[in-house]
Amino acid sequence: MSGKARGTVLPVILPAGERLARAAMRERSDGTHRLRLRGSHGWALLGAFVLGCGIAQAQSQPESPSILDTLWKWTPLLARGFVFNLAISFIAMAIGTVTGLFLGFAQISLLPPVRKGAWFATHFFRNAPWLVLLFYCMFLLPFQVSVFGVTIPIPDWTKATLGLALPVMANVSEIARGAVQSIPTTQWEAAGSLAFNRRQTLWMIIFPQCIKRMLPPWMNLYAILTMATVLASIVGVNEMMTLTQRALSAENRPGLLLAFYSYVLLWFFVYCYPIARWTVRLEARYAVDQ
Amino acid sequence: MAVARDATDTSALPRAPGDAGEPIVLLRDVHQAFGSLEVLKGISFSVRKGGVACIIGPSGSGKSTLLRCINGLVPIRSGTIRVADFDVHRLKTDQEKIALRKEVSMVFQQYNLFPHKTALDNVMMAPIHVLKEDRNAVRARAIALLTKVGLAAKQNSYPGELSGGQQQRVAIARSLAMRPEVMLFDEVTAALDPETVKEVLSTIRELAREGMTCILVTHEMRFAREIADEVHFTDGGTIVESGPPAQLFDHPRKERTRAFLSQIL
Repeated sequence: MSGKARGTVLPVILPAGERLARAAMRERSDGTHRLRLRGSHGWALLGAFVLGCGIAQAQSQPESPSILDTLWKWTPLLARGFVFNLAISFIAMAIGTVTGLFLGFAQISLLPPVRKGAWFATHFFRNAPWLVLLFYCMFLLPFQVSVFGVTIPIPDWTKATLGLALPVMANVSEIARGAVQSIPTTQWEAAGSLAFNRRQTLWMIIFPQCIKRMLPPWMNLYAILTMATVLASIVGVNEMMTLTQRALSAENRPGLLLAFYSYVLLWFFVYCYPIARWTVRLEARYAVDQ
Repeated sequence: MAVARDATDTSALPRAPGDAGEPIVLLRDVHQAFGSLEVLKGISFSVRKGGVACIIGPSGSGKSTLLRCINGLVPIRSGTIRVADFDVHRLKTDQEKIALRKEVSMVFQQYNLFPHKTALDNVMMAPIHVLKEDRNAVRARAIALLTKVGLAAKQNSYPGELSGGQQQRVAIARSLAMRPEVMLFDEVTAALDPETVKEVLSTIRELAREGMTCILVTHEMRFAREIADEVHFTDGGTIVESGPPAQLFDHPRKERTRAFLSQIL
């Protein structure tokens, strides 16, 4: 049972400085900042939304339809935009995870050029602003490619997805590297003394133990990515944010801004909140397990 | 093809267990250093096949490092180490080291079981994937080994569900499953509570009686006295004194040995 005793069975309140330092260290190893969504944030959002509706209602002309009717009218369109956001997030996450795992494992390669190259790529894409990477992909990738005379168009949203997959890749790479290095060296020693070679040690002993450690930061990254998909509106992809702007200009009524944008925020909150809570729960459970 | 072997070519003869005389582990003037910190300053000793050597001494005297040198986990600066048919100090590639480690197995102070595998899987993994043996045969042997260490009932438990003593016995079974020629024990009872120390020691005692060559780093002096053929007292990276347990414990010749023993006995 000594393995369990090392976990945080008895939580201790640390001084603020140390607490912050630990949080910073964890976030650095996770690759991204930790999403801290609480139930109260949802209530605050809801409050802002109701307030926005009230203001809009008070400002509107007596003959125009009520603010809730207006929102309801646009909801199907916004929902379609939201589904598009989710699609972008799924695809970017999938691409970013697969490439990120390769990059992360390249970071622990024994070959210095591979290791250094992977390190550079990871840190370049991790520390570059997401929006810049997005513009980069948007304007540097061609709008169509010709393969054997067949012209394949590359729609904007594909390029935006690739642009978002780049920082995801870099962060997954860092999560993977951190997970491998968090496995105690004694596991390597034990595997070595049983005559496992490096490849076998990695695949059978180290990686399986990493999955559990990678899951919480990976889910956190996904929630962050989902929120970042609205960046695609800047480059003109028809996702929820773009459609909200369209709806607002079509309505052309003063005071709708707060109501509509709070509404959009609520959608994202409802989607990301369970992920954030689940991440925290998994993390607490694994912290005790290890 | 029949080749007449002359009588001195002992390496070609089948070696019976307990074949005295022939050293299976032989260290000559082994030096090791981490950076500028000298850890081993000329260690020489040998263990014959089926023999049990205990290494005692204060913390930081290089005992654990010595064991890691013997199975090639840590390279040495100078000197020679010969284990069975391997010149450990000459092993360069991973493949060569892996070949050595099939013969020399190590048990660690912190057990180091694989936490994501059950006790049985821990024992079965290396023979299946390293020795490429048949899964069913390995399974039967693994169950037999777990039975031997008294843990047949726990074969499907994960390491986290086992006590320290149980984990350590699984770790011993895991090492034995590789059918090594030599077993190295690195303070295997140091992390255990006194009651569970007994169960682990009796497992090792049984092994030694069966003729397994063992090298133990230990702080259990009574156990060392009982089980060892030869005890080596190390301090500051050198062997201060060696001898049969009765002599070393009862009539130590060196003042340093006497001081150490009076501290702990």
